[in-house]
Amino acid sequence: MPIVGVLALQGAFHAHVKALSQLNVEVREVRLPHDLDGVDGVVLPGGESTTMSQLLLSSGVFDVLTQRIADGLPTMGTCAGLILLAERVLDARPDQVSCSVLDVTVRRNGYGRQINSFETDIAVTGLETPFTAVFIRAPIIEEVGSGVEILAVHNGVPVAVASQNVLAASFHPELTSDVRLHELFLHMISSASTVR
Amino acid sequence: MTSTSSNSGSMRVNRGLAEMLKGGVIMDVVTPGQAKIAEDAGACAVMALERVPADIRRDGGVARMSDVEMIEGIQASVSIPVMAKVRIGHFVEAQILQSLGVDFIDESEVLTPADEAHHIDKFNFTVPFVCGATNLGEALRRISEGACMIRSKGEAGTGNIVEAVRHLRSIIGDIRRITQADSAELFDWAKKLQAPLPLVQEVAELGWLPVPMFCAGGIATPADAALAMQLGAEAVFVGSGIFKSDDPAPRARAIVEATTHFRDASILAKVSRGLGAPMTGIAMDEINQRYAERGW
Repeated sequence: MPIVGVLALQGAFHAHVKALSQLNVEVREVRLPHDLDGVDGVVLPGGESTTMSQLLLSSGVFDVLTQRIADGLPTMGTCAGLILLAERVLDARPDQVSCSVLDVTVRRNGYGRQINSFETDIAVTGLETPFTAVFIRAPIIEEVGSGVEILAVHNGVPVAVASQNVLAASFHPELTSDVRLHELFLHMISSASTVR
Repeated sequence: MTSTSSNSGSMRVNRGLAEMLKGGVIMDVVTPGQAKIAEDAGACAVMALERVPADIRRDGGVARMSDVEMIEGIQASVSIPVMAKVRIGHFVEAQILQSLGVDFIDESEVLTPADEAHHIDKFNFTVPFVCGATNLGEALRRISEGACMIRSKGEAGTGNIVEAVRHLRSIIGDIRRITQADSAELFDWAKKLQAPLPLVQEVAELGWLPVPMFCAGGIATPADAALAMQLGAEAVFVGSGIFKSDDPAPRARAIVEATTHFRDASILAKVSRGLGAPMTGIAMDEINQRYAERGW
């Protein structure tokens, strides 16, 4: 059974743990570097990216995590998790860190404040029926590099993307009972282990 | 590639923001400068208000929604969510805060109540609300009015965690008991709690509230934050505890670390070192006004 780590420094990590727990994987909360030992994939949840950035540094998780993802560890990021993976982040705090493993430009809070948060049904490549996407003070994807596949678009803007080992969304699949995006991520993990 | 309905202010969208704040620290701030210190320290949100509860307690008089300009100044100074407080039942203060684009409204017993019988009908708003509770019945009544987050009331402005512990234990203890109840007993629980039966049934099924529950009221140290988390709170509010201490920035930082690593005693020891004096605090038999008794 694959082991999936969920970064549990701050944010909606419990919702990801709950979603993954339905899917025949071992789930492990990650707060310290050694929690990443032996994981086959990792999830970076929604929450406050500024808070998580600081806790990534103080816990020592940042360096280990960045290296593991750069080495090919399958990784899923949602909302703040997307920000923590992006190569270019706009409207970030100057001291904010990113693992810089996904060739996209994102703007923090690009969809506005909470009164502008919304949910909507979108089509996602690889899923037969629409997916309910919940956007909460979401980052907006402004540019996508050539090696990055766009999996879903809302109002002409990419909202879910994938590269070789990274799956990321500006919305929150963990807030619905629909686990299909988590299943896509698990496929990524199983194909990565086959390659190895 | 298509988009269908778009639904701002839905239950899922608003409870979702509460979900995003879990494992974090929401700090009371009274100036843009303090808001920056809070954000620098890793706060996941700030609560903008005119006076911290300790000063409201000291000054007396009527405590109201904060000055609009002050709230806007704080919104402009940070990129994390900004919350603000309204008086219990004062739906016009809430309308004003919503128009400012505040991210979360706290209908708070720390301010002087505006209505002695009615809380705000929170379903009338797009913006989410958090409300305080001292017991499960109160929590469920607030949820039935549309609150998307519950926090313990504790006793704000005292730097004394004892009341928050009482409230958390009361709420969580009753949740545990309800999960053991059979379906017939749930009717009796609804009556005892003075709460809607469907919500009582939902709690029995979930083994938890249908919304996140945070701790507020009296947190002054990293150990206090970790205590709240180990008791079952999902995040913490710190009011006077930071900016009434000797050295706010390191204390704020330490409370953030303690809230994340709440089960790791060696990290808690490390972050508790050399923080200077916490706020002095007040014992419960020294106060004459209990804010927790406000609300119904």
